[in-house]
Amino acid sequence: MTPELDSASSPVVGDRAGPPLIAPASSPTPSGHPPQRLRSSAAGLVRWETGLVLVLIGSLIFDSRISENFLNKTTFFYVGLNMGEIALMSLPLLLIVLVGEIDLSVAAMLGLSGTVMGLLFQQGWSVWAAMLASLFVGALGGALNGFLITRMGLPSIAVTIGTLTLFRGIAEPLLGANSVTGFPVSLTNIGIIPIPGTYLSYSIGLFFVLAICFAVVLHGTRLGRSLFAIGLQTEAARFSGIRVQRIKFGLYVLSGVICALAGVLFTLKSSSARYDAGVGLELNVVAIVLFGGVSIFGGRGSVLGVVLSLIIVGCLDQALSQINVDQQVQNIITGVLLLISVILPNVSEAVRRIRARARRRT
Amino acid sequence: MNLATEGPVRPVRRLDSLLRARELGIGLAVVVVFGATTLNNPAFASGTSIAQLLTGASLIALIGVGETLVIITRNVDLSVGSVVGLSAYVVGREFVNHPGMPVLVGFLLGTAVGAVVGALNGLVTTIARVPSLVVTLAALYIVRGADALIVNGKRIDPVNIPAAYTVIGYKTVLGIPWLAVVVAVVVGVTGYALRSFRSARELYAIGSNPDAAALAGIPTGRRVFTAFLISGSLAGLAGALFLAEFATVDSTGGSGYELLVISAVVVGGVAIFGGSGTVLGAALGAVLLNTINQALVASKVSSFWNQAVAGALLLIAIAFDRWLSLRIARRLRSPERANSDT
Repeated sequence: MTPELDSASSPVVGDRAGPPLIAPASSPTPSGHPPQRLRSSAAGLVRWETGLVLVLIGSLIFDSRISENFLNKTTFFYVGLNMGEIALMSLPLLLIVLVGEIDLSVAAMLGLSGTVMGLLFQQGWSVWAAMLASLFVGALGGALNGFLITRMGLPSIAVTIGTLTLFRGIAEPLLGANSVTGFPVSLTNIGIIPIPGTYLSYSIGLFFVLAICFAVVLHGTRLGRSLFAIGLQTEAARFSGIRVQRIKFGLYVLSGVICALAGVLFTLKSSSARYDAGVGLELNVVAIVLFGGVSIFGGRGSVLGVVLSLIIVGCLDQALSQINVDQQVQNIITGVLLLISVILPNVSEAVRRIRARARRRT
Repeated sequence: MNLATEGPVRPVRRLDSLLRARELGIGLAVVVVFGATTLNNPAFASGTSIAQLLTGASLIALIGVGETLVIITRNVDLSVGSVVGLSAYVVGREFVNHPGMPVLVGFLLGTAVGAVVGALNGLVTTIARVPSLVVTLAALYIVRGADALIVNGKRIDPVNIPAAYTVIGYKTVLGIPWLAVVVAVVVGVTGYALRSFRSARELYAIGSNPDAAALAGIPTGRRVFTAFLISGSLAGLAGALFLAEFATVDSTGGSGYELLVISAVVVGGVAIFGGSGTVLGAALGAVLLNTINQALVASKVSSFWNQAVAGALLLIAIAFDRWLSLRIARRLRSPERANSDT
């Protein structure tokens, strides 16, 4: 509006009117106002997801440069296969971090659910019944987390470190060092064969379906908006009638069920059930969610960000594996991405603070 | 509880004595577990078995001291496990490259490696003002990755570690392993500092209310930085001791320690949201967890149950803490109690 008015008025009023029109905006207001407006519009432009898209393009180019086999349909199948379970677990974690909590027990639940499924299958249950039972175990485990956190008011980080140890600790004696195999080949094929007509693994296909559901609920419904409200101001959300505790409880149950589902898929994919399936994956899932632009303090984040972050990390890992970079060395990249994702949004603020302090000193 | 009948007691002192009772409680739990197991299996009380109990808990307790300082300031250090691995390997490699290297240099080198990581954690956390959970999670990955780069698939073999270095891992003095003595000294010194030094007390103030602490003129950034520096240094020292204890290390050394350490610290009564807890409690937490582990083995209960018990214990500990703090808060709030107290 203003520049339009500016250019329209200058030929009419002539040269002398020009400076006054510009002057009030810049000089009389002491330094604070215009830069601030500039920053907010810049912040609007470089949304986290926009940055992620750029990183994604950059990393795809990088990936295809370092590994000549990267741009290949089997590559995409393997990216999906490797990331499928992490991807599934990241969805409920996104919502949990959004409301200002955390769930570190996700990978332990994956292991427990696979163990339960394997154990029941070994004892003659049909594979489908065993799957259902393990999903039920997931719901129970999630309810335990939810109960301790919402009813007893315990800090979620300590609770879920506890249940991480507990779930893994229950899975361990159930199977011990054994592994259960012999699942029907038609099911274990999900580890070898993509969804017909596509290059997607079943796990990542399921993830995309769920991601769309999550996105619709999170970004398009009252319930979704209330999650943001809880994350930004729990007290205010409660006083505006949002059932904070009930919603959080539900999120933990949901997380338990989806992690159990990831456990089922992990077991079928590797066609064996082991108690130590997915050990340590919880930190990968947390890293994915945070790199996806979800604020650890709650209240900020999107499904799109998490999906982009998954694709970036998955493709990068795959490309590095193809040129035989050690899995543990790849950790460096996960760490750096994580660090960038948390420092970058704070850079401008930190610079301003340091400059202000320097000014005070002089 | 019975303190209430003793007449006028200042609430702060009552809180303090309850917290001290917490350490007593953990100590008692250790004794009970130890006694019950000994009844079943007298060999559990033998000298070597006790030495094993202490040695097994030492590294976790040592790292727990630094972790306690960090958690008291309402932060967390997840990078400790990776630091242990990196420091152990770096020290081991120096012994391989310079066979005549003095033993003390090994320990100093390990501590220095940890100090560098701790300083970086502290700098990023305080300068960029970003949550330490994320910073140290990133450090966990980066340090482990750097470790893997340096290790490059090799491992340090016991042959290359001088006997004078590994002595600390198995020699005992009056039946107590040297390793445990070293850790006890660190716990003692840090515990004393936390009780008596102004700068150390300020850590509690920061953890109780960061904004109020800053407004009260406490240099919060510097204090938090120091906490991270100490945590990193002690994790580095623990890495050097890891090498002394096991005499071998590959790229996975110390992985998963971060969760063990945090469990021990929280079981030991250090509040995860900062502001309260002691290093003695944290060290006792480590001893308790290790005693339970060994007790399960000695009782011929499948040792597979270790983790489940540890997890349940952690949940009970935080639930107990919550109950305790609610109780105290209720007492402080109830008017007649307040009147009788003043």
